Amino acid sequence: MADVKKIATRESYGNALKELAEEFPQLVVLDADLAGATKTGIFKKAYPDRHIDCGIAESNMMGIAAGLSLTGKIPFASSFAMFAAGRAFEQVRNSIGYPHLNVKIGATHAGITVGEDGASHQCNEDIALMRTIPGMVVMVPSDDIEAKAAVRAALEHEGPVYIRFGRAAVPVINDKPDYKFEIGKGQLVREGKDVTIVATGIMVDSAIGAAEKLAAEGIDAEIINICTIKPIDKDIIIKSAQKTGKVVTCEEHSVIGGLGSAVCEVLADEYPVKVKRIGMQDVFGESGSASELTHKYGLDAEGVYKQVKEFV
Amino acid sequence: MDNLQLKKYANEVRKGIVTSTHSAKAGHPGGSLSAADVFTFLYFEEMNIDPKNPEKEDRDRFVLSKGHTAPGLYAALANRGYFPVEDLKTLRKLGSYLQGHPNMHIPGVDMASGSLGQGISAAVGMALGAKLDNKDFRVYTLLGDGEIQEGQVWEAAMFAGFRKLDNLVVIVDNNGLQIDGPVDKVCSPYPIADKFKAFNFNVVEIDGHDFDQIRSAFNNAKETKGMPTCIILHTVKGKGVSFMENNADWHGKAPNDEEYATAMADLAKIDAELA
Repeated sequence: MADVKKIATRESYGNALKELAEEFPQLVVLDADLAGATKTGIFKKAYPDRHIDCGIAESNMMGIAAGLSLTGKIPFASSFAMFAAGRAFEQVRNSIGYPHLNVKIGATHAGITVGEDGASHQCNEDIALMRTIPGMVVMVPSDDIEAKAAVRAALEHEGPVYIRFGRAAVPVINDKPDYKFEIGKGQLVREGKDVTIVATGIMVDSAIGAAEKLAAEGIDAEIINICTIKPIDKDIIIKSAQKTGKVVTCEEHSVIGGLGSAVCEVLADEYPVKVKRIGMQDVFGESGSASELTHKYGLDAEGVYKQVKEFV
Repeated sequence: MDNLQLKKYANEVRKGIVTSTHSAKAGHPGGSLSAADVFTFLYFEEMNIDPKNPEKEDRDRFVLSKGHTAPGLYAALANRGYFPVEDLKTLRKLGSYLQGHPNMHIPGVDMASGSLGQGISAAVGMALGAKLDNKDFRVYTLLGDGEIQEGQVWEAAMFAGFRKLDNLVVIVDNNGLQIDGPVDKVCSPYPIADKFKAFNFNVVEIDGHDFDQIRSAFNNAKETKGMPTCIILHTVKGKGVSFMENNADWHGKAPNDEEYATAMADLAKIDAELA
């Protein structure tokens, strides 16, 4: 396993912005004094005139992004998820969502894998906040390949998009020849018949690890990667639920309002089955390393394995 | 345009404000009336716009940051020919495109607004967009004197001053009253001019009901290079309607039938004086 390539999705974000800059001349990037951490600094270094540092003023940054989009630019506004979705929620709602502007929000340092900074910076609420805004596309890439594909898809999509990136390096899991990304389409990662695990972001890797352990004990788990939480791929979820009859959701986010809720909404409407929601159980995080925290809160492969086994 | 003609249009805008809020039985006449003269000046003289082509690319932009005074903006747009004046009576009604606060579906509206403090940031973004592409359109935004209590206004002002956005004009309608009472009794924003100066703005303070002063302030803004301009308008809330003037109660209340008749009689008297 030592040769598995690992890269943080925030790094993929910065690289993608730089790689897509020539193809999308209207792309401009905004940051709020965190260009080094959000990795928009990679873009800034190559295209200094197209990178706008707004200082530590995220609410204003969202409004500036709105105004820029009205002059034909495609702005990517970047900050930590806590500030992009949290502090600036109402600006995103009223200045970007309501007028349905072509603004993209690149939010990094989401979830508890922020690590040592602790709970003040560990945003476990952003998916819930963003997906309630009408017309907002919400994506949570699981690795480098998906993160880059999501940035491109956002640029090609007309309208507001929120993309959630992580701080910690994660393994590349989508390097398959038939991998194809599309907004609103889930991916069948592993076929199985006993239980469906619907995962998003870094939790897809945890689900894969859990499925291996479960398989050793004769439990055959199906894994679905939902990168686009809104609009969600109903068909892939319902089809799998019809097959297995049991669904587990996995997210590095509160179990209230995020992927788990979105999946429950689909199933409640169309095909009710029993659902177990793995995620942050209505608690704040704390300081620690990313791996210590995912272990403590049951979000690593072992944690997912245990919870799925208990559920099945 | 000569001042007499501007005054006549401004009176039509005021009639539109009174008529639309009366018809809606709701809305914000006070701050719409205090800004009626600047709305008129912007749409009938100052801005490079075309009512037949509201989206034309090189147009000047306007963002009504104090979005609750939509009746004033709508009345100006209607009288300028963006949509029928008759439609003002549909304000705030179910199914009408004239929403309680400006949105993107109204001809001539460049940005949705209504949540205070946010419009100025969008205007700053538009001004920055013009600079990035070397376009020479100008951007105007109108704020209330109560609105500048919002912290986001100062985030936007800091950015605009730092970036030397001389294509941006921030207009503050200083009518002195907000919903809960006089601004200097609620949470004083004064001194307003010194604050904007400290944020690297060129600041002009004028009588917001005097078209000579309004014209000269906007000319001053155009001639000022290397910094944005803030025009502080000293105005009377409810201006033109006797019983609404300088009365905070008329911030967000519509005239009933009797009050509507009195208000329209007041405005007819102004018409007679201008004839």
